[in-house]
Amino acid sequence: MTEEIIIAGFGGQGVLSMGKILAYSGVMQNKEVSWMPSYGPEMRGGTANVTVIISDERISSPILNSFDTAIILNQQSLDKFEKAVKPGGLLIYDPNGITRLPVRKDINIYSIAAADEAARQGLSKIFNMVVLGGFLKLKPLVQPEFIHKGLEKSLPARHHKLIPDNEKAIDIGKELIQAIQVL
Amino acid sequence: MGELRLMKGNEAVAEAAIRAGCDGYFGYPITPQSEVMEYLMAEKPHDRTGMVVLQAESETASINMLYGAAGTGKMVMTSSSSPGISLMQEGISYMAGAELPAVIVNVVRGGPGLGTIQPSQADYFQAVKGGGHGDYKMIVLAPASVQEMCDHTKLGFDLAFKYRTPVMILSDGAIGQMMEKVVLFDPIPRRTDEDLIKQNPWAATGKPKDREHIIITSLDLDPAGQERVNLKLQAKYRKMEENEVLYETLNCEDAEYVFVAFGLSARICQKSMDLARAKGIKIGLFRPITLFPFPVKPMNELGKKVKGMLVVEMNAGQMIEDVKLSVGCSIKIEHFGRFGGIIPTPDEVVKALETQIIGG
Repeated sequence: MTEEIIIAGFGGQGVLSMGKILAYSGVMQNKEVSWMPSYGPEMRGGTANVTVIISDERISSPILNSFDTAIILNQQSLDKFEKAVKPGGLLIYDPNGITRLPVRKDINIYSIAAADEAARQGLSKIFNMVVLGGFLKLKPLVQPEFIHKGLEKSLPARHHKLIPDNEKAIDIGKELIQAIQVL
Repeated sequence: MGELRLMKGNEAVAEAAIRAGCDGYFGYPITPQSEVMEYLMAEKPHDRTGMVVLQAESETASINMLYGAAGTGKMVMTSSSSPGISLMQEGISYMAGAELPAVIVNVVRGGPGLGTIQPSQADYFQAVKGGGHGDYKMIVLAPASVQEMCDHTKLGFDLAFKYRTPVMILSDGAIGQMMEKVVLFDPIPRRTDEDLIKQNPWAATGKPKDREHIIITSLDLDPAGQERVNLKLQAKYRKMEENEVLYETLNCEDAEYVFVAFGLSARICQKSMDLARAKGIKIGLFRPITLFPFPVKPMNELGKKVKGMLVVEMNAGQMIEDVKLSVGCSIKIEHFGRFGGIIPTPDEVVKALETQIIGG
């Protein structure tokens, strides 16, 4: 099993930390992982993205031009990465701020209104975990117990009291995600 | 098994230095390697092991602090990225001349000049052929993963003391910035002063009454003396060539063609190899791990078995010169590269193989 994922959105949306928590959970479940961020000037206020690979085998290139899954949190990233999803692959997007919808018919497209739902439940700061929950519903690559360990390892000790909220957000995401039919 | 962590390459270097028993780190921040010192500062290794971490006023100061500390037999390290490493070249040449052990980490970014902060491999010549003056060599290690960033740091210290030589870890911005799973080796205690003196009789550790002064220098104004110094250095480099070559091969047994690549490029080529093999192309991968000493003999042997080689580097063609010197001109050897911080994609490497080597 190898899953090649791109997570993309604005800086500040928790793109990199979502990737880190997923990757660390993979490590705890004894998978091979790589987490390759876009780094540089584009991170300051602009778009941010991270390539996460989780595999049972040694990982080759940490830099990819096509992905099994794209998790998309803004329009620029949708424009950039929809075409990079492998045929038959998965595209998950949060419709918040999306005006031009995805159009491909050869991939599976899911929508998750994570930003809105997280705001309603007072979990805006961890809306990225709602998105992660949606992804894990469709691709249960790591088991909940290892997600818990991944959260423990990724978050500094002073934030460990927030782990139950994070897990709640993941569960909300699992309920929230829905398939989109491209007409 | 050692402790399991998800770490950036730069963080792995820093943690490995603490665990290897490093006595001191001197450095100056520069992207994309600033996490080395950031991690060390946050980790407060002085509390853990007594290791000193100092932000110098410049890269020139860092390398000269390294010279001074290494002269006392201490286990010391610095790190920087390309423009900062250029500033260190004078000091590196002096350290090679004075036979001082140290680990120098270059997390390479695109050049020339200030260039860019994105990853590159354009400092191969500088590292391998001697960026400073004089006939010197450094052992140059080329990690291709975060695990190797950790392992090569420890290996670097071992080799530095075994040969009394500066050792360079030639990494790049991607390996430095990305996170992967790392198994950390168990901490090794820092050497006591007694052990240090016993193991390094050459070091300037204070003069007892019963022996002469120890002088750490790279200067000998008598040309006959300086030639002796050079002969000694060259003999040492031949020993490194004999004993320290490291490389990795993948799928070379039945290969008609091979990619030759180091560091991050080798990771990309591994993916390209999988893509090309799925198309029925019999291709392998040869990855030099030590860039000096270069794996001349195994490259030469491989050159007798395959039809062509594509050397993939994030530069305009540097290691390809050593590949050609190792293999000779009997087969087709071409270069494919992207420059200035652009990372080649696995697909374009396959295309280059098809057009430059197989179809070319």
